[in-house]
Amino acid sequence: MEKSERGGVAVMTDAREAKLEPFARSPVAAVYDDDIVRKFFGATVLWALVGMLVGVVVALQLVWPAANGGVPYTSFGRLRPLHTNAVIFAFTGNICFTGIYYSLQRLLKVRMWSDTLSQLHFWGWQAIIVLAAVTLPLGMTQAKEYAELIWPIDLLIAVVWVIFAVNFFMTIARRRVQHLYVAIWFYISFVITIPVLHIVNSLAVPATLARSYPVFAGLTDGLVQWWYGHNAVGFFLTTPLLGLMYYFLPRAAERPVYSYRLSIVHFWALVFLYIWAGPHHLLYSALPEWAQTLGMVFSIMLLAPSWGGMLNGLLTLKGAWDRVRTDPVLKFMVVAVSFYGMATFEGPLMSIRAVNGLAHYTNWVIGHVHSGALGWVGMISFAVLYWLAPRLWNRPLAKPGWATTHFWLATVGIVLYTVSMWAAGLTEGLMWRAVDGAGQLQYPNFTEIVHQLQPFYVLRLAGGVLYLTGAVMMAWNFVLTARGGRGDSIPSSPATATV
Amino acid sequence: MSVQNGSEKKDHWHRRLLEGRVGLFAVLTTVVISIGGIVEIVPMFSVRAGPPPLEGVTPYSPLELAGRDIYIREGCYTCHSQMVRPMRAELQRYGEWTRAGELVYDRPFQLGSRRIGPDLQRVGGKYPDAWHYEHMREPRSTSPGSIMPAYPWLLTRRIDARDVTRSVTAMQRMGVPYMGVTEETVASSLRTQGGIITRSLAAMNIETEPDREIVALIAYLQRLGRDGSTALERRALDGTDGAAPGSDASGDPHDAVRGQAPRNPHGPAGAGSEVSGTTAGQP
Repeated sequence: MEKSERGGVAVMTDAREAKLEPFARSPVAAVYDDDIVRKFFGATVLWALVGMLVGVVVALQLVWPAANGGVPYTSFGRLRPLHTNAVIFAFTGNICFTGIYYSLQRLLKVRMWSDTLSQLHFWGWQAIIVLAAVTLPLGMTQAKEYAELIWPIDLLIAVVWVIFAVNFFMTIARRRVQHLYVAIWFYISFVITIPVLHIVNSLAVPATLARSYPVFAGLTDGLVQWWYGHNAVGFFLTTPLLGLMYYFLPRAAERPVYSYRLSIVHFWALVFLYIWAGPHHLLYSALPEWAQTLGMVFSIMLLAPSWGGMLNGLLTLKGAWDRVRTDPVLKFMVVAVSFYGMATFEGPLMSIRAVNGLAHYTNWVIGHVHSGALGWVGMISFAVLYWLAPRLWNRPLAKPGWATTHFWLATVGIVLYTVSMWAAGLTEGLMWRAVDGAGQLQYPNFTEIVHQLQPFYVLRLAGGVLYLTGAVMMAWNFVLTARGGRGDSIPSSPATATV
Repeated sequence: MSVQNGSEKKDHWHRRLLEGRVGLFAVLTTVVISIGGIVEIVPMFSVRAGPPPLEGVTPYSPLELAGRDIYIREGCYTCHSQMVRPMRAELQRYGEWTRAGELVYDRPFQLGSRRIGPDLQRVGGKYPDAWHYEHMREPRSTSPGSIMPAYPWLLTRRIDARDVTRSVTAMQRMGVPYMGVTEETVASSLRTQGGIITRSLAAMNIETEPDREIVALIAYLQRLGRDGSTALERRALDGTDGAAPGSDASGDPHDAVRGQAPRNPHGPAGAGSEVSGTTAGQP
């Protein structure tokens, strides 16, 4: 398909492509809204830096508690939620929207239904993030993980999501291609499931403007929270990014998706099974045995559809592996999909009761989360950003070599991070349960165990700093690219020719 | 276009029926993602599905509730769990494992997901009030090698009776059995319980006032897991109702609070929130 793209304007000229789908009969010029894509792109990069920087700060505080400056606003308990919220909703949220606004218009051959709603979505979402960055350090929180934001912000999230959903579904309704491509199925599951989880888990009775109490109590509240929490992983950190993988990986590899049938099977299996897995966060709690067992069994079954997605991604590269050596975009994608496979193997493993007895409450969980967050979410996001930048600004990447350096910094950073956290997790898990010959606790003093973890915390900090350094290089690279850098206005080759 | 794989392949039924119809696709997705949640969560609203609530577990007093709000504000849950698992080493380290019936007044729940520090579900009564005061002021003064941040601002900031009343009222609205809630009764309850803790600190040469945040936090921490422990002890004694509330082996100064706590089911003792002693299920 041929198409000329200038600034935010893309004109479709290919009649051959139009023959493929009955809805695309008329060779109507489709003008895509790329202004909104550039906005979300910029927000993604900005919040990535903020979220990762806060992560490095809290990692430093575990090595050196005085790093909180002695003031309430930067103490660990307030910054840690800021880190998780910034990375999940600000960084990941914005990359999902970037990729969706770019790919949805092109897959459906139609502009977004309403530019006004697109802009409202963008500014509304950024307002939510700024409000979060102000309220969390002030200690305004609901204390439910990844659902900490106070109830007025929760309401705003629901409103902004409805705006996005209306625009999203109306765009699909007005599409000029009948068939919905695999990526869009994953987007649909994201757009539908997130508000369901968010609204049910946020049901609360307000006491003041900044304080409320959930309508659920005790273990029921815990079950609802982890139904939400685990599916925030499933439907915020997994399905929309799998959608991005299904669009951007074939584009970057210039290969068709390996198996259409596999994508159908693993999509429906994934969205059905994910919802059940929440109780694996409550193993060995007083939750009824049957619920714990369901959580464990479905978590183990989840391995199959997860690996279905991983294999479909990796096998799509069949015939393009030589390009992985030279193309940083493909490098990021290969590592991302590999970490997706690794993290979705580790997850079911940790859901097995006996393994969970050792792993739960330890740094192993932190390592697991970060092999997903740094390895899968971060790397696939970087790949999408590097692929998009030359196309959004219509000029080649200012410093292509820096992208490769970024790749290696990030990869080494992840390895340091996950390996140190595995070691730390096993160390503390084993020390907590160690008993001597007389049946007494071998390490009754908790701080003795804390002390043993210090070297691992230092290594983890180093890994985080490397990862952040790479992200800073990426951001600077994009600033240079957008500003014109060198080689102003030369279309990047050869990819722009085939957008 | 390369990503549109399969566009030229022959038509399968699901392509016509499903993948070309966004409305049906969206509805089916909604149904599929709902099943798991409905099966697992809805039974929790039936009391019989879970372990029966423990008898003798009472709602938080206004001061304890204020302390709990401080615990939440400071994000203590990011480092401390409140769930003792039924494992030998945990029973030895922390005490009885956590029952569902002990958590019925926990909004939000605070089971936690990480133990950077130790579990706190049975920390009530484990240390004297003065220990907690010093520990919050400078954790390394009581626990050498600790990496917990210091919380000096808790020693100076004050709680406000009107603000606490709003919290108690919100809880009441959800069916938590508080009675006679007015700003005056809440203020009087805060003074009474705060005064007891202030006096126990004064005995250790620590000067503070009943309305300081640290006092509320101590009230909450000293209360954690105690109702449950008492109920479990009583149950272990096979029906003999021997254990008076708060009289456990540690004999710390907080026993006084237990005796005339505003939560006391039968004697309001001038407190603002006389509460019913029964916890017939999750409110």
